[in-house]
Amino acid sequence: MNSTLLIARKDLRSYFTSPIAYIIVAIFLLLVGWMFVNLFSFFVQSNSQYASLNMGSKPTLSENVLRPLFGNMNVILLFIAPFITMRLLAEERKDHTVELLLTAPLKPISIVMGKFLAGFGLLLVIVGATLVYPLILQFIGKPDWGVIFGCYLGMIFICATYVAIGLFWSSRTENQVVAAVLTFGTLLFFWLISWAAHRAGPVWSDVLNHLSLIGHFSNFAQGIVDTTDVVYYLSFTGFALFATNLSVEAS
Amino acid sequence: MIEVKELTKTYGQRTAIDRVTFSVKKGEILGFLGPNGAGKSTTMKILSGFLPSTTGEASINGYDVRKNVVEVKASIGYLPENPPVYGSMPVQDYLEFAARLHLVPKHKVKAAVADAMAKCNISDVKNRLIGNLSKGYRQRVGLAQAIAHNPPVLILDEPTVGLDPKQIMEIRTLIQSLGGDHTVILSTHILPEVQATCSRVVVIDKGRVVAADTLAGIQKRMQTNLRLVLTLRKDPGFLLPKLKNINGITAATIGDKNAAGEHTLTVECAQGSDLRSDVAELCVSQNLGLLGLAQESLSLEDAFVKLITTEETAAERH
Repeated sequence: MNSTLLIARKDLRSYFTSPIAYIIVAIFLLLVGWMFVNLFSFFVQSNSQYASLNMGSKPTLSENVLRPLFGNMNVILLFIAPFITMRLLAEERKDHTVELLLTAPLKPISIVMGKFLAGFGLLLVIVGATLVYPLILQFIGKPDWGVIFGCYLGMIFICATYVAIGLFWSSRTENQVVAAVLTFGTLLFFWLISWAAHRAGPVWSDVLNHLSLIGHFSNFAQGIVDTTDVVYYLSFTGFALFATNLSVEAS
Repeated sequence: MIEVKELTKTYGQRTAIDRVTFSVKKGEILGFLGPNGAGKSTTMKILSGFLPSTTGEASINGYDVRKNVVEVKASIGYLPENPPVYGSMPVQDYLEFAARLHLVPKHKVKAAVADAMAKCNISDVKNRLIGNLSKGYRQRVGLAQAIAHNPPVLILDEPTVGLDPKQIMEIRTLIQSLGGDHTVILSTHILPEVQATCSRVVVIDKGRVVAADTLAGIQKRMQTNLRLVLTLRKDPGFLLPKLKNINGITAATIGDKNAAGEHTLTVECAQGSDLRSDVAELCVSQNLGLLGLAQESLSLEDAFVKLITTEETAAERH
């Protein structure tokens, strides 16, 4: 446990001693900010249209700002998570520093968990920084904090899953670019896996829908915490970490 | 302290080490000597628990390197071929991280690291990023990492690579001072290093142990011959049959004339017989104009080359 935290702290610090973390945080916040501004101004526009024309349903902050914002945030995370996780083990291998970790008196799982916590921690910092947008909404309107809470809880689970998958690929190669590309491919595949659902048989369509990384987020986005979704993300994360542990033990 | 029995590691078809067997007693400094690619690093990686062996056993401090991995790792300090240092970390932070990974209690870390830095002479760069240091400094940071947690066993893979001559002297002195309290295995392909630091030598070539003995023992074993080199004014050709009649002379050869037109005669004597005066008297009595006589004993360098070449010829015969 102690060495896990030691490794996590070392890696988290090394994110911030290189420009990587700052660049990723900056780009993420810039993109999310841009989306927030546009979604919000569009909301204001459609709200005034609704008031003057009395057409359609009344737009709400949850439906028209928060939900699309978090949906978009998910897409951006899909792109940036591989860049965060790619170095975790690949770099150690390339620089031979993995020999220090693997000849220290600790179990491989400590290394895996330490690395996982470092990447997860950085993603949480990045996602946590977006709390500023719900707070802005709080100043000018009445956002549904149940929905906000659900969205953030969902984000935490999704971040854990992304990092675990990225960590696995980072353990398989000493080339960071290879690790990033494989991570991105895997994430995108599980994101789009439900596309085939409508052509599969009744059983398979259920299975494919259930495997979809994004499908499980929709409940969270409505402020609903369903154990099915929690179990899905946790088991995905757990499986990826287990595979990483095997891969580290074998090296 | 360290027992290695029939250790073998194969990568597919290629055998990196083949039934390597040796042992190191507590407090000893063992030199692991061999040319590049002989299997030194592979053996050390297995001992450190970094690589699994294919077959064979090894134990450190009584712990089996395969079964009691964590205990083995806790009792060693390991400096791999490439020092495992993080370029983006300052020296002191790195050493503290490494020491804590090796279970040094939190309140003792600062003192342990300061001590290791003083021993390796790197206190002056403790706040610099390792990535900005020269190879010699990085190597010493790696060494400090290996000794910071004061392990009973030290495994040092080519510890003086990349150092300048003065630093080499310092590190050798440091390693010598570590013997006694620590058991040290140190690999090298440089002979003077073994002569300067080690009490025992294991010579390895092409994955096999070709000799394991004390320094003196290896030199002695190789000294089947004592060699006398004579410089003469006249051609000693006619002397050869006579020389061969002297008891104790195993061979006599005439070398090329040197630039000054002097002849050289090389006489090899069996071990334990001092025939200098006999040979000199013979030459004088034959009026050959004896200009010089020198005695050569085979150095460890010769012994090393000889061990490997005899091994080679033995392998060719198979």
